[in-house]
Amino acid sequence: MTEHLPALQVVLPLFGALIAALVRRPVAAWLVTLVVSIASFAVAASLLREVLAVGVVSYRIGGWDPALGIEYRIDIVNALILLLVTAIATVIAPFARLSVASEIPEDKVAWFYAMYLLAMTGLLGIAITGDAFNAFVFLEVSSLSSYALIAMGRDRRALVAAYQYLIVGTIGAGFYVIGVGFIYMMTGTLNLALIAERIVDVETTRPVLAALAFIVVGISLKLALFPLHVWLPNAYAYAPSVATVFLAATATKVAVYLLARYVYSVFGASFVFADLPLSETLLAFSIAAIFGAATVAVFQSDVKRMFAYSSVAQIGYITLGLSLATVTGVTGGLVHLLNHALIKGAIFMGLGAIVFRARGVDFHDIAGIGHRMPLTTAAIVLAGLSLIGIPGTAGFVSKWYLVVAALELGWWWLAALIALSTLITVVYVGRVVEAAYFRAPSAADAGASEAPAEMLVPTLVLAAATVWFGIDTELTAGMAGLAAKTLIGGIR
Amino acid sequence: MSPATLIGLTLLIPAGTALLLPLFAGRPDVREGTTVLGAVLLFATVLQLLPLILAGATPSLALWTVIPGLTLAFAVEPLGMLFAAVASGLWIVNSVYSIGYMRAEKAERQTLFYVCFALAIASTMGIALAANLFTLFLFYELLTFTTWPLVIHRATPEARRAGRLYLMMLFGASTLFLLPALAWTGIVAGTLDFAPGGILAGRVDDVGLGILLALFVFGAAKAAVMPLHAWLPAAMVAPTPVSALLHAVAVVKAGVFTILKVVVYVFGVDTLAGSSGGDWLVVVAGITIVSASLVALRQDNLKRRLAYSTISQLSYVVLGAALFTPLAILGAALHIAAHAVSKITLFFAAGSVHVGAHVDDVSRMDGVGRRMPWTMGSFAIGALSMIGVPPTAGFLGKWFILLAALQIGEWFAVAVIVVSTLLNAGYFLPIIYRAFAYEPAPGSAPPSESPWPMLASLVVTAVATVLLFAWPGAPFELAEMLAGAATIVDAGASGVVQFPEGGVEP
Repeated sequence: MTEHLPALQVVLPLFGALIAALVRRPVAAWLVTLVVSIASFAVAASLLREVLAVGVVSYRIGGWDPALGIEYRIDIVNALILLLVTAIATVIAPFARLSVASEIPEDKVAWFYAMYLLAMTGLLGIAITGDAFNAFVFLEVSSLSSYALIAMGRDRRALVAAYQYLIVGTIGAGFYVIGVGFIYMMTGTLNLALIAERIVDVETTRPVLAALAFIVVGISLKLALFPLHVWLPNAYAYAPSVATVFLAATATKVAVYLLARYVYSVFGASFVFADLPLSETLLAFSIAAIFGAATVAVFQSDVKRMFAYSSVAQIGYITLGLSLATVTGVTGGLVHLLNHALIKGAIFMGLGAIVFRARGVDFHDIAGIGHRMPLTTAAIVLAGLSLIGIPGTAGFVSKWYLVVAALELGWWWLAALIALSTLITVVYVGRVVEAAYFRAPSAADAGASEAPAEMLVPTLVLAAATVWFGIDTELTAGMAGLAAKTLIGGIR
Repeated sequence: MSPATLIGLTLLIPAGTALLLPLFAGRPDVREGTTVLGAVLLFATVLQLLPLILAGATPSLALWTVIPGLTLAFAVEPLGMLFAAVASGLWIVNSVYSIGYMRAEKAERQTLFYVCFALAIASTMGIALAANLFTLFLFYELLTFTTWPLVIHRATPEARRAGRLYLMMLFGASTLFLLPALAWTGIVAGTLDFAPGGILAGRVDDVGLGILLALFVFGAAKAAVMPLHAWLPAAMVAPTPVSALLHAVAVVKAGVFTILKVVVYVFGVDTLAGSSGGDWLVVVAGITIVSASLVALRQDNLKRRLAYSTISQLSYVVLGAALFTPLAILGAALHIAAHAVSKITLFFAAGSVHVGAHVDDVSRMDGVGRRMPWTMGSFAIGALSMIGVPPTAGFLGKWFILLAALQIGEWFAVAVIVVSTLLNAGYFLPIIYRAFAYEPAPGSAPPSESPWPMLASLVVTAVATVLLFAWPGAPFELAEMLAGAATIVDAGASGVVQFPEGGVEP
């Protein structure tokens, strides 16, 4: 049984989606989601344990040789991503029932859960597969289901947002598959490990360069690298709360993983960073994201949209870490990938709870909310402090790694820029705190009371995690360090 | 109880108090009672550590390693002991005073106020007992974020503006300067642990030392060294107990404490004395002392005058650190304690005048002292201490810093101290004179003394200001031990205090 765990990781949510769609009853569909999430988490946890014990787990779908068939290949890097996605899903599941029931028309609830599980299937598939084309298939599975999820938002603007995302996402996936085509042309295989072996001989050829360009741009669209991020703020702002939490915490993270996998393991860091100016390019866009998107965030009037822009900025820190191509830098990027997932999960969940109780999450709506929903607000504030990166929170660990990585390279200016950028974060998080505690509520929202325990507990759990992983970093920084060494060491 | 337990309790008591308080939001008497009880328990716990420190021990408690190199750990040394004792002791009187003040003001959000206050004290304890730069930095940032709600407590647009300035300057400076300083120190020294004699000896050249020192001094913007002082006068918009917390108990104190601690335990006094890299600090401290005093002369708002007085007075501590001699370090440490009790008296008195006479400006204080003799009498003692007149505590620190400056022939520092003393007299004595000698302005409502909790607190701190001069006892011993730890050569040697023999070097 245990040797089939890699297949189960994807098959569980896939069949879960099917069952959810067939049962049609909201509560039953939710139960399926809950069970599937917990089971997937258990699978991911045992996969991580196995990877830590044996190094790399390889699984051949249908027993075909990797050169011909599809191989699932799990090392410490994607084991960590699998764990992250399933852990977030497990925390979301209890939260989802009331939130979804209040935001989605009853006859569509089961469809929502089916789409949600499909999105999860796609994300887990991208992370687990060792096959370039299979990754494309899962990319499309996750994307198509995400469009549907976003379109189910209460606000009519959700439709436009979903359409926008559909156009951009399709371009991204198209670019990706063109790149894969070029690679297949030059190496004759779709298996990532085999590509990495064979690409050495052809890496200076034009098709390989074109492949690299198409793949990097295509994935960058999916991970919302500035300035390819335009789809993200609307999608996050108008999607149903549960969809926002899940997508914000996992979707862009998986795309970042795929980028890291291609850049470091497939094309190879020495080729991409030493021979090509990808490091400088990625660094420049990351810094632009960190400052540009954060500045835009400051001027938003909708809290959810504000934190969506914040996500674009935070992704900048992750890609910045990856662009440094040192163990410390990549560790910083990966640890921020994990930390930011927890932070934004907590924040968007808290906002979801506020949507459930109050009318919306405009700055007018959250005025004085700190006195009416003290625990929910406390969770958002706690996660916000972590977003700023004050010491003792998870965000500080990421920031520390990035600053040290910059100083190790002797790049004073970069350390200064990283420090400077956190001041913008203070501004927009401060706005939320000011409104939540020091403004009088509008009459319509004065009646809001604390969120029900079902929503409150998961929110608090994630918020507590953002503090916990600021103190005990064994699972985050420790694992990210191992993953960074694996990536930098590369397959080659 | 084991020393490690005591250290743990020092952090847990105020944090636990903060957690308990929201439960009593509807019952003010229980809530305030819990605060005072927490404060008394904390002070008692801190005092139990005192004999251990005086006996030469360094109790410690290591909690977690966050990432290799960043450890959450605590160790009690003389300076931290002094700071912890002063802050926890003043928390008691400040709590009692707050009860009177906040009720007389009929302030809103009182539970939030007491919760943040307790959290701020917990952060202060963390700063005082930190065993390494990371732990200190962690609690330093926590202090910023736990005091920010207190600064904007009145929630007026002015308070919000002050709060933004407060947050941006303090957090901005610590992120831009202190964090890189930490990373740099970690990279060159290989450790962030505080050690007597410092950890940087021979690892950084003169220019590097100067830059690193600047990163620490300006990164700790809580010390309000010019030009990073603007947040402090702005924060005067907060309720008076908060001002007392900011000035006397925790925030500015935490800033100068950090600078002093870094000079002694990270750089090492000998390293800095033997290098030209740190020479600029005495100039910056001197300019801050004199120019803040000059600004204070022109302030009519009593609390603003006190705020500039704090900027000036606490730069004495920076000046003491900047002379890089054990004797000056001793003076600086003593001045932390002396300034704490004196300045809290002054703020308590200012708040008492605000509540009792509804007067905030010096120009309207005519004859206030006649109707509020206890308040203004205590104010006079605090003011004398700030000028540095015996028999008040303020004399001690100034005296030793002056002595140290003479000993090494640092004439600039000597001149600064003399000029500043004159200026201090210039802005404090007229207040006292006006309050007692002038007739009350006709038509003004007759002021009456404030509620007893406020009066009791300010009389207690005024008495403490005198007692600290008469029996400096434990604070003096702690300061002396710190001075001993300041040099590697003299480490552990007693009797650092020596009058300059054979006159002063030219």
